[in-house]
Amino acid sequence: MALAESVLQIVEETARHHGASRVRAVHLTIGRLSHVEPEALAFSFEVVTRNSIAQDAQLEIHTSEGVAWCMECSDTVSLDRLGDACPRCAGYQLQVTGGDEMRVRDIEID
Amino acid sequence: MCTTCGCGQGETRIEGEHALEHRHADGTVHSHPHDHSDPHEHEHGHGDGHHVHSHAHGHDHHDLHFGRGPAAAHAPGLSQTRMVQIEQDILAKNDALAAAIRQRLAERGVFAVNLVSSPGSGKTTLLVKTIEALHGRREVVVIEGDQETSHDADRIRATGARALQVNTGKGCHLDADMVGRALERLAPPAGSVLMIENVGNLVCPAGFDLGEAHKVIVLSVTEGEDKPLKYPDLFRRSTLMLLNKIDLLPYVEFDVARCLGYARRVNPEIGVIELSATRGQGMDEWLAWIEGGVLAAQGALSRARR
Repeated sequence: MALAESVLQIVEETARHHGASRVRAVHLTIGRLSHVEPEALAFSFEVVTRNSIAQDAQLEIHTSEGVAWCMECSDTVSLDRLGDACPRCAGYQLQVTGGDEMRVRDIEID
Repeated sequence: MCTTCGCGQGETRIEGEHALEHRHADGTVHSHPHDHSDPHEHEHGHGDGHHVHSHAHGHDHHDLHFGRGPAAAHAPGLSQTRMVQIEQDILAKNDALAAAIRQRLAERGVFAVNLVSSPGSGKTTLLVKTIEALHGRREVVVIEGDQETSHDADRIRATGARALQVNTGKGCHLDADMVGRALERLAPPAGSVLMIENVGNLVCPAGFDLGEAHKVIVLSVTEGEDKPLKYPDLFRRSTLMLLNKIDLLPYVEFDVARCLGYARRVNPEIGVIELSATRGQGMDEWLAWIEGGVLAAQGALSRARR
């Protein structure tokens, strides 16, 4: 819920800055390795945007893939879930390097 | 809740902080526990003979005009939808506040720890024992996060330490704004330890930086040993895991080696201290870790002053 409120805050500020009358759509990028449940975020977004400039705005959540640096392989590998092993060497010496972001990508306004 | 603007969702209460009264443009007066800068949007419709539309505007009643769009006119059927690139981190605001807190604490040489865990892992007991053990050596200042009650802050204050309860209401975690406001009141002195006891929750606190030097995760042996895999985000972001209540190991089915293995899967760098806050095992190691953190904070401060 707090995340949805933060999204709304960013959307409202941007919409106001651009003199928008209405927000039609909001695009988010949510990493596969972030702790966000996209369905829960979509539900919260609908609740917090009621009676706001973003009421009925379409929320689109784009998922970015998880990537990590494997110290054993000395290479970047893909990672579906935190706690999974390196797909190449099956080790766990992994440092997440991408796919944990939560960003407001862009909005469509009238 | 204020029915004009819908604020009050957070319902955050910081002990001793007075609600702020404010007046809306329509004459409504009410109180908020905090001030905020959101102009409140509301919609209205009006007919002007040509079309009826609704649009949002702030309380200053500077109406927005459809004619400001690229087409410079509002012709029915002509879409003026624009795409605005934002590319902003959802938690950018919290992160900025946390960075300011971190800076303030660094300038005072205060060592701050964000203590996270499930409810019932023994965080408060651990804090009480830690404060008692450090008595006369290091001042410990505490921010207690709970949804309701000030029971935990009362327990901390019984040790003689300064503690401030932050009630998050429906919120399931502390955020940097709450901590910043609590710090204004607590003003931890140079060389002290700031312990922030987060709301018992292994999910949401992961995303909210509070300006701490380290997150320390407390897991007790009465919980599942697979929690590091179930809630990997917080384990990944924690510097240290305290495995608490190890005095109960003979009575529970908890495979310590397996738990540590899981924790290192999600965070190969995580440090581990096995302890029992009530019986005292492992406490020396924990106290030494804290002392190391205080010395590091002071070292960084004196280097910065040179």
